[in-house]
Amino acid sequence: MSNTTDDRLCCDIIDIKGLNKWYGDFHALKEINLKVKEGEIIVVCGPSGSGKSTLIRCVNFLEKFQEGSIIVDGIELSDDVKKIRQVRSEVSMVFQHFNLFPHLSVIDNLTLAPIWVHHESKQEAREKALQLLDRVGIKDQAEKYPNQLSGGQQQRVAIARALCTSPKIMLFDEPTSALDPEMISEVLDVMVELAKEGITMICVTHEMGFAKKVADRIIFMDEGQIIEENKPDSFFNSPESDRLKLFLDQILSQ
Amino acid sequence: MAIYSLKETKQPPQSQTKAVLWLKDNLFSSSSNIALTFVALYLIYLLLPPILNWTIFDANFDLTADNESCGREGACWSFINANLKMFIYGFYPQEELWRVNTMFGIIVALVAFGSFIKKSQYRAHYIIGSFLIYPVVAFVLLYGGLGLEIVETDKWGGLTLTIVVAAVGIVASFPLGILFALGRQSKMRIVRFISVVYIEFVRGVPLITILFMASVVLPLFFSAGMDFDKLLRALIGITLFQTAYIAEVVRGGLQAISKGQYEAADAAGLSFMQKTVLIILPQALKVSIPNIVGSFIALFKDTTLVLIIGLFDMLAIVGAATSNSSWLGRESEGYVFVAMVIWVILYSMSRYSKKLEVKFSTEHKN
Repeated sequence: MSNTTDDRLCCDIIDIKGLNKWYGDFHALKEINLKVKEGEIIVVCGPSGSGKSTLIRCVNFLEKFQEGSIIVDGIELSDDVKKIRQVRSEVSMVFQHFNLFPHLSVIDNLTLAPIWVHHESKQEAREKALQLLDRVGIKDQAEKYPNQLSGGQQQRVAIARALCTSPKIMLFDEPTSALDPEMISEVLDVMVELAKEGITMICVTHEMGFAKKVADRIIFMDEGQIIEENKPDSFFNSPESDRLKLFLDQILSQ
Repeated sequence: MAIYSLKETKQPPQSQTKAVLWLKDNLFSSSSNIALTFVALYLIYLLLPPILNWTIFDANFDLTADNESCGREGACWSFINANLKMFIYGFYPQEELWRVNTMFGIIVALVAFGSFIKKSQYRAHYIIGSFLIYPVVAFVLLYGGLGLEIVETDKWGGLTLTIVVAAVGIVASFPLGILFALGRQSKMRIVRFISVVYIEFVRGVPLITILFMASVVLPLFFSAGMDFDKLLRALIGITLFQTAYIAEVVRGGLQAISKGQYEAADAAGLSFMQKTVLIILPQALKVSIPNIVGSFIALFKDTTLVLIIGLFDMLAIVGAATSNSSWLGRESEGYVFVAMVIWVILYSMSRYSKKLEVKFSTEHKN
């Protein structure tokens, strides 16, 4: 299994060592070790319940873990609220169910964190937000409320919201799983564009087309552990473990 | 293989007029429903004519009539006219009534100005400022001080007292209730424990008990010489009572907020306070509006219980007015009048809550 570096990939921005997590007695993550370089695009896949969402949710401490360490951009995650907020101000997340704030208009959804967490002026935040909405192709919906938009539009708003704080790392937690089939591509297109720009991304997704196109590395998880990781080419063409072969069979035969 | 052309959209067929359809659906939909309809019609036939006769057709609308010349066949509305000041102001001194009127006048002005600057960016400041400053102004106007003659609270009464008690209960219990609701959800054990104990204790006790306790037990906690105002005791009792109910209503709203909202707020790096004030509470309060208003309506009705500890709210004024020898035996008129006034106030509250609901539901449908 190679862990080779591109030229543009330089330093580890995320360093996960010996990570173990339990839900009660259930061992959800087992001895995870993972390094992510700055600018790297990682796709995490695996059957449901394999711990992939849990893993990325540990990175911004939405999930607590009992053993191991996670260092994000030089900050080690612990119960220290200050450090957690520091990490969260550099790491943005896009959720499966969008989780937009329904009582705020689209533009207010975008400017909330810049204004309250990053202390930008209203004007500044607004301008940046409009630019981002333009980039994801829904500038004209800025004054609407999330529930007035389609699922695909909502997810694009969520991506714009995540980008609004100029994060170093983007976490995607199954961003297309809750979408109607005809809306998946509009969200993936935005993500592909994003991947080209050199932002560090970890995506939990079943969209193998997306993985082939943009991933630097694909990680396959099952039963709370990393089973196999490889570059897209080798990952799809020469899978080694039986579990991955089975998984690929199932997911690609659709 | 077959290909179908697109069909035209058409109006639904209409065999009957809307009114007939409505009758069929609502009054005559089943045999038991038909029976109920007729029972209801019969009850209306029995009750409505005497009520109308007493209040309107046989009533004496001569507002100058006294108790004798009024007659006994129907209502004597001059009783209300003669005692109107007492119904509104209680025993507040005649020459100081302008102070009560000013107090109500300022509210009307504040609300009117508030709706006038609906679009202004300073609206929030205006509302919060009003809530902070107005109670002080209202207190000085009603009680006195700053050059105004002191009017002791035992002179307050009637609709004025009813509104003061209800308004203080509502305004004070709302923020306290929110705090206890948040406390009950808190991760800190002690905070949660205190909140649960408080809420469950108060909810398990009737308001009358709390009023008695506030009126008898509360003074025991204070040094002997200290005179503790009766109205203040009632206000504290009612606020404590209402706080527990608001807390439960708001907790219901908090539970309606999906976990994703908390996570999105956390992931964005918001602090606990920011998350609570900017994301969670606005949504929780919106979903709880109908229940909050319902609870305020219940409180407004409950304020009539203060007569138990010797305060003269509007309902108690009926007894006071009819014990006057020149108006003996006119309780019915008094109670009907008070009921009408309270109904108008409460119905307006409930309509207003409907309006708010509709307004918010366009923005927020999760």
